[in-house]
Amino acid sequence: MKLIQELTIIGGIDKSGIKEEIEKISISPGEIIGVVGPTGSGKSTLICDIEQLAQADTPTGRTILINGVAPGQEIRTDPRKKCIAQLSQNMHFLADMSVIEFLNMHAKSRNKNSNTAQRVIAMANTLTGEPIYPEHQLTILSGGQSRALMAADIAVISDSPIVLIDEIENAGIKKQEALKLLASEGKIVLVVTHDPVLALMTKRRIVMKTGGMRQIITKTTSEIGLWNKLVKIDNYMMSLRDTIRHGGLVEEVSVA
Amino acid sequence: MKLVVIAGTPGSGKTSVLMHVIKLLKKTTSPCVVKVDCLWTDDDKRFDRLNIPVRVGLSKDMCPDHFAIYNTDDMLEWATRNNADILLNETAGLCLRCAPYPDGCLAVCVIDVTTGPNTPLKVGPLLTTADVIVATKGDIVSQAEREVFRERIIEANPHSRIIEANGLSGQGAAELTRIILDMPATGADLSLRHNAPLAICTLCTGEMHVSKRYHMGVLRHIDGSMEYKGE
Ligand SMILES: Nc1nc2c(ncn2[C@@H]2O[C@H](COP(=O)(O)OP(=O)(O)OP(=O)(O)O)[C@@H](O)[C@H]2O)c(=O)[nH]1
Ligand SMILES: [Mg+2]
Ligand SMILES: [Zn+2]
Repeated sequence: MKLIQELTIIGGIDKSGIKEEIEKISISPGEIIGVVGPTGSGKSTLICDIEQLAQADTPTGRTILINGVAPGQEIRTDPRKKCIAQLSQNMHFLADMSVIEFLNMHAKSRNKNSNTAQRVIAMANTLTGEPIYPEHQLTILSGGQSRALMAADIAVISDSPIVLIDEIENAGIKKQEALKLLASEGKIVLVVTHDPVLALMTKRRIVMKTGGMRQIITKTTSEIGLWNKLVKIDNYMMSLRDTIRHGGLVEEVSVA
Repeated sequence: MKLVVIAGTPGSGKTSVLMHVIKLLKKTTSPCVVKVDCLWTDDDKRFDRLNIPVRVGLSKDMCPDHFAIYNTDDMLEWATRNNADILLNETAGLCLRCAPYPDGCLAVCVIDVTTGPNTPLKVGPLLTTADVIVATKGDIVSQAEREVFRERIIEANPHSRIIEANGLSGQGAAELTRIILDMPATGADLSLRHNAPLAICTLCTGEMHVSKRYHMGVLRHIDGSMEYKGE
């Protein structure tokens, strides 16, 4: 399944059984697309439909096409061929092993060569301020370290052409870098987010309401113009967070 | 009648996944469910919400595996009396040596990915003789861990269908439902795929003393050697 040229979502019904406003949306490799909407609006369900490559057989009745056609039974059911990776903030490392031991195990299962694990660790360290060492035990990693390692692992070892990301903004990692990394090399990335910086990294965003896809917003020129300012504000907030974390005082603010 | 045996360690998500599957099955078929457990279960209350025939069997001090096998004919009869065409049997699945599947059934092993990447190698016939392996709780572990877990399942049972499911969201339920709809009816005169765990000793009949000198029967020492002590 390396050659994916297009992912298409064909709308079904929302929570009240009414036809979704968005009938069809296609996404090409290299595009990051946002999914936004209030809690309970069906964002995770949409992600779940894509993960399952739904064929009108889930409660929403949505159909997912790959390259314009329904994916064959084999692609749907053989997890090795499915090639969809997921990252969410509820995910943890639970295996009682060292970082290097585990990554080597994963790399081996994906037929990657022996220095792959080191590459994953190096990449993860660009996403987190707290260094990860190969001999660290997986289960004692902080939330930020875990998420950084998961993102790097998805980018390097899992290497899936479709990546589904559920709210990583609070994960304590450099979220812009993480998203860029995951979106690299022509992947199709869907990111559920409420974060203005991440939302404006997407070209389009799907707006969800009461279980249905209501609207597709294309990033406006004003929004593009705002981007740099938002990044500055965000970095500033991050630095304040750091000050607080290290026991400092925040008695004055100067927004860029 | 189609017989589906759903086995797996306690709390692995058997009932949660089944609830989603039953909702889908009900559209075109008449499923019923028997839950076997040792001492207590409230799974029947959960299944009751789906308005299908539900029955509980408690094995008490008998091995729940032996109990389920011994009562399979009765369960099938009960299902027929209730005009069902699919009998879903959720087992207690307490030990990793359980071997609950008869040959003509659809054997489904539910396994929780949070139990660690070596679990598929530890689970015996429960997993190695299953037709379908449902890996649950992938929502709380990393993609990497899910993938390693899946490879371990393939190592332990290369011929199974693996479904990555979520008992909360219902992910994977549609696929399991399709497999059940496509399976042939289960014939009469079933045989087991694998022999059930052995338990023929004085402990089985209630001996309470721990010391070796009180025990008779087919016994295995900690060094692995077996012996028969008795008349
Ligand atoms: N996070 C998560 N929790 C799950 C999932 N599947 C089931 N659970 C939870 O795990 C617990 C046990 O699920 P059950 O469906 O009762 O498990 P079971 O195998 O039927 O348990 P017994 O019948 O008692 O052996 C419940 O609290 C479920 O809500 C899943 O995919 N993800
Ligand atoms: Mg149960
Ligand atoms: Zn047993």
